[in-house]
Amino acid sequence: MRTCIMVAAALAGLGAARADTILLTGATVHTVSGPDIPNGAVLIRDGKIAEVGAHIAARGARVIELKGLHLYPGMIDSATELGLTEIEAVREMSDITDLGLFKPQLRAATAVNPASEHIPVTRANGITAVITSPGGGIIAGQSVLMHLTGWTMADMAVRSPAAMRMEYPHIQARGRFFGGGEGPGRGAGYAEAKKRYEEQVQKLNDFMESARRYQKAKAAAGPEFETDLRFEAMLPVLEGKLPMLIQAEKAKTIKEAIAFAEQQKIHMILERGVEAWKVAADLKAHNIPVILPPTLRLPEEEDDPYDKPFTIPGELWKAGVKIAFASFGPGAEDNPRNLPYEAAAAVGFGLPQEEALKAVTLYPAQIWGVGDELGSIEKGKWADLIVTDGDPLETRTQIKQEFIKGVAVDLENKHRRLYEKYLTRD
Amino acid sequence: MKRLTFLMLALPLAAASETTVIRNATVLTVTKGTFKGSVLIRDGKIVEAGENVTAPEGARVIDATGEFVMPGIIDCHSHIAADSINEGALAVASMVGIEDVINPDDPDIYRALAGGVTTANILHGSADPIGGKCEVIKMRWGKDAEGLKFVGAVPGIKFALGENVKRSGSPGGGFGASPGLRYPATRMGVEDVIREAFTEARAYQKEWQEYRDKVARHEQAIPPRRDLKLEPLVEVLEGKRYVHAHCYRADEILMLLHVADDFGFKIRTLQHALEGYKVAAEIAAHGTGASTFSDWWAYKAEAYDAIPYNAALMTRKGVLVSVNSDSAELMRHLNTEAAKAMKYGGLNETEALSLITINPAKQLGIEQRVGSIEPGKDADLTIYDKHPLSNYAKVDKVFIDGQLYFDRAKDLEERAGKEARKKALIDKLKAEEKKERKRPEAADTKKGEEPGGAE
Repeated sequence: MRTCIMVAAALAGLGAARADTILLTGATVHTVSGPDIPNGAVLIRDGKIAEVGAHIAARGARVIELKGLHLYPGMIDSATELGLTEIEAVREMSDITDLGLFKPQLRAATAVNPASEHIPVTRANGITAVITSPGGGIIAGQSVLMHLTGWTMADMAVRSPAAMRMEYPHIQARGRFFGGGEGPGRGAGYAEAKKRYEEQVQKLNDFMESARRYQKAKAAAGPEFETDLRFEAMLPVLEGKLPMLIQAEKAKTIKEAIAFAEQQKIHMILERGVEAWKVAADLKAHNIPVILPPTLRLPEEEDDPYDKPFTIPGELWKAGVKIAFASFGPGAEDNPRNLPYEAAAAVGFGLPQEEALKAVTLYPAQIWGVGDELGSIEKGKWADLIVTDGDPLETRTQIKQEFIKGVAVDLENKHRRLYEKYLTRD
Repeated sequence: MKRLTFLMLALPLAAASETTVIRNATVLTVTKGTFKGSVLIRDGKIVEAGENVTAPEGARVIDATGEFVMPGIIDCHSHIAADSINEGALAVASMVGIEDVINPDDPDIYRALAGGVTTANILHGSADPIGGKCEVIKMRWGKDAEGLKFVGAVPGIKFALGENVKRSGSPGGGFGASPGLRYPATRMGVEDVIREAFTEARAYQKEWQEYRDKVARHEQAIPPRRDLKLEPLVEVLEGKRYVHAHCYRADEILMLLHVADDFGFKIRTLQHALEGYKVAAEIAAHGTGASTFSDWWAYKAEAYDAIPYNAALMTRKGVLVSVNSDSAELMRHLNTEAAKAMKYGGLNETEALSLITINPAKQLGIEQRVGSIEPGKDADLTIYDKHPLSNYAKVDKVFIDGQLYFDRAKDLEERAGKEARKKALIDKLKAEEKKERKRPEAADTKKGEEPGGAE
């Protein structure tokens, strides 16, 4: 294992500056988009996958022999706070939630710390890209889809913004644990919460209306026109170019969010969706993908079947809804390196293993509008690859090597450093 | 949502006196190897486990072809099945105990059961340097509070160090109910509170000893006034009550070990001990166990140096280690939490399974009863459809004391009926509400009768 780390480190050293031409051979290639290729090969050139097949002749390529190992596309986590917070409980170390209800101009990409210790810890388990989102208020700001390597955000960003994130207003009279949160409707009595919800729906509709007027005013380009950064940020959403990532948990809220998206003619991605299974037909009919709440969480209601959270991904898949797993959400332990285990927990409860794998690779890539760039081992995509000794959804599997944009990344991280340091203590 | 707990009520599915044999399973005994074979259960106990087991005629046969049977999982740190957890107004709360607040209707008991857990140590919260008494329970879903208790387990008490304790001493509060400031506010103060309490406990112990000596000498003596706060601490001094101490940082772990050494008692387990790996040699030398999370980290400052290699590293350095949940959710998949110690630090399968079976049993002083598949032990068994260290494994059946407490097939079978009963009740409620709403009209005809204040 130690040699493996050193090899990875050496590779990282070699490849740190630029991507070279690499031929990976001997591994079982799990393309995800097509059939597995036993004893297959993948050619990486200029950071992209140049060729995939059983035999590839590549003169001048650096050959990496991977006999007995497996190649998978890197995994994508569709909901995280990665880079925005270092230690959750320390206020000074968190940049997730700013003040106000409508903050579309705020960009997660601005506040992600590329030197966060969480980034190498997460990628060491085969996660090569994540969505990081701001939170709080109704429109929280812009999510970023980023690679988990790079000196600055310029190296990391795949799409910034990848989506505009909002939480659809809802009535929430019961306080959550510790009565907490700043989100819509939290911690109030029912009548008060209902009133607040109605006001917030009104405010949301007013805000959208104002944004549309702004859009028109800008197009008209009259002499009185003044730039407004909030409305400016909304333009790609109104033009249908940027999806609205809408958080909604209960069936009622999800339905209202769907109606809202329909009315506003915006492209919706549902996040959280704890009760999405109740409105699966609606979601399918409107072609709305779902970023799943954590599979490893407790049932919502005390009389729900004990395995309800495990069966939801399979139920949505059967209904034809496009799903992606995420590590962050209601009841999450917020540990993005465990993304593959959220997927594995749904297998055996109605979701086939191949679908679970797709829902951490290809499906999130498609949902985030980068289906031709990430998510599978196919010619022309970024070479985001993981080399494993088995099924990456299994805990016991080790990630042996990893490539992001064709460059071998260092699997060293804070945890491994501390382990090795204290292993030597007498 | 209305409380509809009754829907999950279930009685044990088989009688205790029955003889049961589990056949054709891969038997993971944890202490006596792994083999394809059978487990014979009689009167709630494991009678035999082996490749060739002869079952008496009339024995109930469970065909577990292709399945895996392991000892029921033991969670050394849980807060389920309790009505309250934290008496945070005092820095020393040893007079309170979980035994008085057990809630047998908590659906998390059934959920834990469905996750293969048969025994759990239910702890007081972490607001106080010296917290309340713990209670070890079995997941005997359907029994009352007394029926859940693990009779024969060594009594325990919760201690806590670090941030959660200090928070009660900081403006703004946190865990616990005290609105104002409460000493201690630093790790120095935490040590002091524990030392003060044991100084008092020693004096109290001496007082009683002197009284007993006098009685033994037939001298006239007045018994000292009982002190319910100090009694459990005297039990700690006398080794009759185990200390389960919540801690994170290496420095505070060493502090507690020193305090215990000074007063001549042992810390039974360090709970969480996320930096235990930094002082594993000292922990092992003290003879203390550690019960840790598999891989949680960075959720607070004192968890920033937590590493998923903790369990494996401490194991390699000679510490008796268990992996716990401290969460009703995590409790449902402790088997795969244990698997993380194989990924991070390279424990073998038996070592990984030990983290959630025989090791926590030893930490709780119940290893003669549970924690492995051996003749004479309680028949607390979990059957999985796949190897329990696989993420795809699903719990099929769970036995406690030889009784079938969870059966997935039966759970699935009963769902439609429960849904129908729930719907019938909701419909009935709705119909009654409708009637209520109609009543004001009727009241017009009946003079002097006010409509009920249903609004």
